[in-house]
Amino acid sequence: MSNEIKEKLITDDSLIQISICLGTGGVAAGARDVFNSFAKELESNQVEAVIKERKCRHKVHQTGCRGLCALDVLVDVLVPGMAETSYARVTAAMVPEIVQEHIINKKPVEKYLVDEAHHRFFDKQKRRVLQRCGVIDPEDINDYLATDGYQALAKALRIGPEKVIDEVKTAGLRGRGGAGFPTGLKWAFCRAAEGDTKYLICNADEGDPGAFMDRSQLESDPHSVLEGIIIGSYAIGAEKAFIYVRSEYPLAIERLKIAIRQAKEKGYLGDNILNSGFNCRIEIEKGSGAFVCGEETALMSSIEGNRGMPKPRPPYPAEKGLWGKPTNINNVETLANVPLIILGGAAQYAQIGTEKSKGTKVFALTGKVNNTGLIEVPMGITIKEIVYDIGGGINNDKKFKAIQIGGPSGGCLGESHLDTPIDYDSLVAAGAIMGSGGCVVMDEDTCMVDIARYFMDFIQEESCGKCVPCRIGTKRMLEILTRICDGEGVAEDLQNLEELAKKVKNTALCGLGQTAPNPVESTFRYFKDEYLAHIKEKRCPAKACKNLIKYRVTPDDCKSCALCVKVCPSEAILGGKKGVKAEIQNDKCIRCGACLSKCPTKAIKVVDNDSAAAVEVK
Amino acid sequence: MMKEISITIDGRQVTAAAGSTILAVAKRENIHIPHLCHESRLEPFGACRICIVEVKGARGLQPDCHTAIKEGMEIVTDSENLREHRKFLLELLLSDHPHDCMTCDANTSCKLQTYAYEYGIDLNRYGGETHPFEKVDDINKLIERDPAKCILCGRCVRICDEVVGARAIDFVNRGFKANISAPYNVSLLDTTCELCGQCVSTCPTGALTEKMAKGKGWEADFKKVRTTCPYCGVGCVFDLNVDRNGKIVKVTSEVGSVPNNGNLCVKGRFSYDFVQHPDRLKKPMIKKNGKHVEVEWDEAIAFVADKLTAIKEKYGPDSLGFVSSCRSTNEANYVMQKLARAVFGTNNIDQCARTCHAPTVAGLAMAFGSGAMTNSISEISNVDLAFVIGSNPTEAHPVIGMEMKKAMRNGAQVIVCDPRKTWMAKHADLHLPVQPGSDVPLMNAMMNVIITEDLHDKEFVENRTEDFAELKDMVLRWTPERAAEICKVPADDIRKAARMYARADKAAIFYTLGLTEHICGTDNVRSTANLALLTGHIGRESTGVNPLRGQNNVQGGCDMGAGPTGYHGYQKLSDPAAVEKFSKAYGVALPTNIGYTITDMVEKAAEGELKALYIMGEDHLMSEPNIKQVEKAFENLELLIVQDIFFCETAPMADVVLPAASFAEKDGTFTNSERRVQRIRKAIEPIGESRPDWEIVCDIAKQTGYDKMNYQSASEVWDEIAELSPIFKGISYERIEKVGLQWPCFDKDHCGTKFLHEGSFTRGKGKFHALDYRPPAEEPDADYPFYLTTGRILYHYNVGTMTLRSVGSAQKVPECFCEISTADAEKLGLKNGDEVKVTTRRGELIVKASVGDRVKEGRLWMPFHFPKTPANLLTNDAFDNITRTAEYKVCSARISKP
Repeated sequence: MSNEIKEKLITDDSLIQISICLGTGGVAAGARDVFNSFAKELESNQVEAVIKERKCRHKVHQTGCRGLCALDVLVDVLVPGMAETSYARVTAAMVPEIVQEHIINKKPVEKYLVDEAHHRFFDKQKRRVLQRCGVIDPEDINDYLATDGYQALAKALRIGPEKVIDEVKTAGLRGRGGAGFPTGLKWAFCRAAEGDTKYLICNADEGDPGAFMDRSQLESDPHSVLEGIIIGSYAIGAEKAFIYVRSEYPLAIERLKIAIRQAKEKGYLGDNILNSGFNCRIEIEKGSGAFVCGEETALMSSIEGNRGMPKPRPPYPAEKGLWGKPTNINNVETLANVPLIILGGAAQYAQIGTEKSKGTKVFALTGKVNNTGLIEVPMGITIKEIVYDIGGGINNDKKFKAIQIGGPSGGCLGESHLDTPIDYDSLVAAGAIMGSGGCVVMDEDTCMVDIARYFMDFIQEESCGKCVPCRIGTKRMLEILTRICDGEGVAEDLQNLEELAKKVKNTALCGLGQTAPNPVESTFRYFKDEYLAHIKEKRCPAKACKNLIKYRVTPDDCKSCALCVKVCPSEAILGGKKGVKAEIQNDKCIRCGACLSKCPTKAIKVVDNDSAAAVEVK
Repeated sequence: MMKEISITIDGRQVTAAAGSTILAVAKRENIHIPHLCHESRLEPFGACRICIVEVKGARGLQPDCHTAIKEGMEIVTDSENLREHRKFLLELLLSDHPHDCMTCDANTSCKLQTYAYEYGIDLNRYGGETHPFEKVDDINKLIERDPAKCILCGRCVRICDEVVGARAIDFVNRGFKANISAPYNVSLLDTTCELCGQCVSTCPTGALTEKMAKGKGWEADFKKVRTTCPYCGVGCVFDLNVDRNGKIVKVTSEVGSVPNNGNLCVKGRFSYDFVQHPDRLKKPMIKKNGKHVEVEWDEAIAFVADKLTAIKEKYGPDSLGFVSSCRSTNEANYVMQKLARAVFGTNNIDQCARTCHAPTVAGLAMAFGSGAMTNSISEISNVDLAFVIGSNPTEAHPVIGMEMKKAMRNGAQVIVCDPRKTWMAKHADLHLPVQPGSDVPLMNAMMNVIITEDLHDKEFVENRTEDFAELKDMVLRWTPERAAEICKVPADDIRKAARMYARADKAAIFYTLGLTEHICGTDNVRSTANLALLTGHIGRESTGVNPLRGQNNVQGGCDMGAGPTGYHGYQKLSDPAAVEKFSKAYGVALPTNIGYTITDMVEKAAEGELKALYIMGEDHLMSEPNIKQVEKAFENLELLIVQDIFFCETAPMADVVLPAASFAEKDGTFTNSERRVQRIRKAIEPIGESRPDWEIVCDIAKQTGYDKMNYQSASEVWDEIAELSPIFKGISYERIEKVGLQWPCFDKDHCGTKFLHEGSFTRGKGKFHALDYRPPAEEPDADYPFYLTTGRILYHYNVGTMTLRSVGSAQKVPECFCEISTADAEKLGLKNGDEVKVTTRRGELIVKASVGDRVKEGRLWMPFHFPKTPANLLTNDAFDNITRTAEYKVCSARISKP
């Protein structure tokens, strides 16, 4: 993977390289400790004559996210003369052994090495946008420069803005923020708009539940985004650009600040960039975590210092955007694609992908798959390949039920869509959207009504409250979904839900409201039987909705070990000790699942609640 | 002009300007589409979605309020599908709205109610959770907020931001919990709210209502009487809402009204309650044995007529003085001057413009030939640059202030020249906080820059002006550096101002009393004229020299001949033809000697030459400078007649007090700042036995035996005014029934004059005046080290008789204060709100200190509205050399802890 990039980085082959993932995921898994431990170990071992005598230098390298977050902390060790080796789930305690065995004794520590899953995870990916992520030091512009960094910018300044736009058009780049509008066309509009002052905004207000593509890109390879911003600004004729990034991303912000400073120092930002006469400044604007601020007009309002609320379009930002000036807004990933297009040429770029969706797409793969993490796949790859090859299949050998693509605006696709190719148009046809890259895999234990309710709850919390259908319509939808999950649904609810979904979609002001019913509509389309089971049979087929299930102890399997009794927070379990079999009192049980996971013999089962049986009898 | 394109709407083929919204076309075609969040004063918002229409080929339904038409567009505004979607939206709204129309103040005026009925809403279609909001417990006495009835259309938020610029309220929270609130839900009194009630005026439901109108009736119950605001010179048109008991319940203003487009300020909307205040004078009074005793009208009229006649016979006609009122109607002013001239044979007639804009009338007449605002209020929003000097429009002329804010939103640049950091100064592109009284050097230096940098309009100067050489000679001596020393602003800022003003395409000057109330007031005014002539910023739309007149009818007071130098319509005593014309019309030989100004009358009374003074609607013991001196002078009078709606501060000295009817109780006309003659109408019966001013005056005339003042109505008075003056000739009550006309209006076919001096000036060529600096009469010294300036605040009006009896204004600002800079306050150990003693050579007052950055170090500022602490006890009785207007804006003072 990304070997080309790695080769470019290695300027001195006598250098020992240790790369540690220090992205947010890595840090959460303890990467800082691992990092410090390596530094300490190398320091103390350096005193040893062995290393010194060999005149070996070393460098502990901090890299950004490499994608396979499930295996964090991931550490790559490259000792000159030896094959590169990756260690998974490294803790500080393992470090002395790795240093001693691998670096000093040159014997990789087999028991800590990554396994087959690691390779499968990378094999079907096509890491282009993420090529440097997890490889270079994001706080050192020299790493970026050593890997062709800012050469696209130099080329862009040579060929001129029109040609840049042509290239982006020819490459067929479409917006990676979700809707897939052709980027080159958007740039051309903005370039053609009247006005001396124009702005470019990089939308890094990533808010979909489970999504972390933009964060990873900014943390791991901030210069690639900056380079895209500068080229884009040049193309549309803007001298000022903003990066609107949520304040919940402190590391991304920190690294952007460093990158901007370094780019300025090297003359890639500021006045008269590379002697071209072109000036460009980039400012970081921190958002406060409102999901709706990812919507471009709301985002601009927020930058202007107002409440982030969408405005009607037209006028489109390209005509009248930030402070009334022509403005172009692109998502982080879109901009990170730009240097690739300019440097390698549109033709080469367009070789990857389908007819109408070119290039690759980054997804944050989460949910019930074995390999969760950040992935980059060629457009046209099937859902099955993502779930089973890259994702390594479903956890605990459960059955695949659905994949949710596109976040709260997206949809849930079931088994029948496993062969659907990932491209803008196929996804829309199937009832989902490409979205920004959230990709949540669900197994048989996931209730699709509950999923629809979850997303509706999210939307309702995040609606700006401006337009009536989104503010009240989604509230009423949420109320119906909650009712159904609680087992209180009535037959008319389905009809009402369908009607509300349709009308909210038809009347809402912005993309958030217009797509809010998507999770409901797609689950309705593919999993209607689950809705019907909840309403008619008062039964949750996935056994997830708490009001519709109960826990029952299988007496034969119960060993009266009392573990369940101890863990139960609501004192719902009788017996369970001194030889008496455990018995769960349904009225006290809150279905928290604590006993379920504690029981060593798996004696506790989830079954339909009595109400279901009653209905069935009828 | 925008290109015309053709579209189809509901099957009709129509054409409209490209860029128009579907809404605009539908409105023009009288097609009814429901709207909740749309309001023509506001930017499209697109929140309610109820105005959706079908556009062939478009994805989804399109809101008409923000969808622009395109060539060939096919639009359907009503269909089963649309009705179903609109119904859906209404049912959603009503699922979270109390169904209590029968006890709601907005009943019959609520748009939600109207549409619910129209669309046959099922109130319980969706059910579900509703907001637990309770009414906001806000101690303010004017505006009630009931968030449970709020549909979040955002009109209140937007009008507060886009039109008023106060930004006191905004959306808070998200999703279903979203609502509208002041910051932290505090009282509006503690926010930037100006209590203008614009939010109430635009609220489509009962979420925002007027506390004073609560429970007093529904829209459909009120008689709406269209009239003109009695406060500042903007002349906002509004409707007095009168209930079945003949009481005024509230004030509303129709969007689209001229000149204010439905906008009102706190005084216009809420300070009508003075009209029905118990303190109103209800019966005439004569002082008997030192006490005022109520008498019948017959006795009072006879007393006044007889006494005036007797004094005239004893001391001659010029022993009488008449003071007319810029707060009363044109008709009252006209008959008052006729009473003085025709009945009592004296030109000793003046009105309160003497205390404010007399230098405007004189100065602009000298330069242009007409002493009035050259351009119109409607042109303000299109200026490219506003040079605001000595004017605080957002407080003194709030609705003109709103137009300026609109101009700023449209991208206009603003230069503010004001010693204080007013709202406008804070938001200006350039603020010049000049030393009080240094306006002539400032403007001379600006012209110095304009000429030396060759920025003047040479063609205009050549063709349309005279005396340029004299001007040039003078201003070349005033380099920015020289002026900077006097003005206390950087020379480069003066240069910047000059360049900005000269280079703008449409630059307009706006000024108020900050220029006129100086010993060099007329010089200041002529300096503004010089600037406009030099740059050619006059005689075109959205340019000009625009004095903003301070009182509702101060323009009319001047126009009606209620001044010592001429007849109405600016017909001069110095013109024998005019004297002859009026002598003939009035049926008596009229006096030809120039009469006394108000200032003269006070002095002549002090000297014992003036024996009787008839004051209509003026309050000298509040409004004249150095009040103590005025009081002494009045003690010499043999007869003092005060005619007012309240027992004002001057009334205790009066021998006769005559109760006048307020603006709400009579017919007539006011002329606003932009020369627009507008109707006022009788909405309620006069309070007590009060009577319209013109009737009282005419009765006095009749009592003396004069028979040419027997008018049956105000309209009849107006007809005589029009008949005898060319500039009013084309104006009649009939023609101004709906919208007022701007003079000059020469005949029945003339549509009035939007802006003056197009092509040529009233006097032919515009005249430059070379003017040199004359320092204020009193400047700070060791004993009195501060500059003291006085002025108006947003919540009150002039002598305070009206607004201090108005609950909203009185609650917001109950008492006088003195603005002091933080630095000066620290030196004295004063904190904001502490009492401070302000002393001048003429008196002292103890008021609250308002400490902050509005005034600079070494400067003080006080409002003049409060009878208990009258600022004019302190002001200097030094006067403009030409018009004898007092220098209210500068005197020296000291401050101390009381």
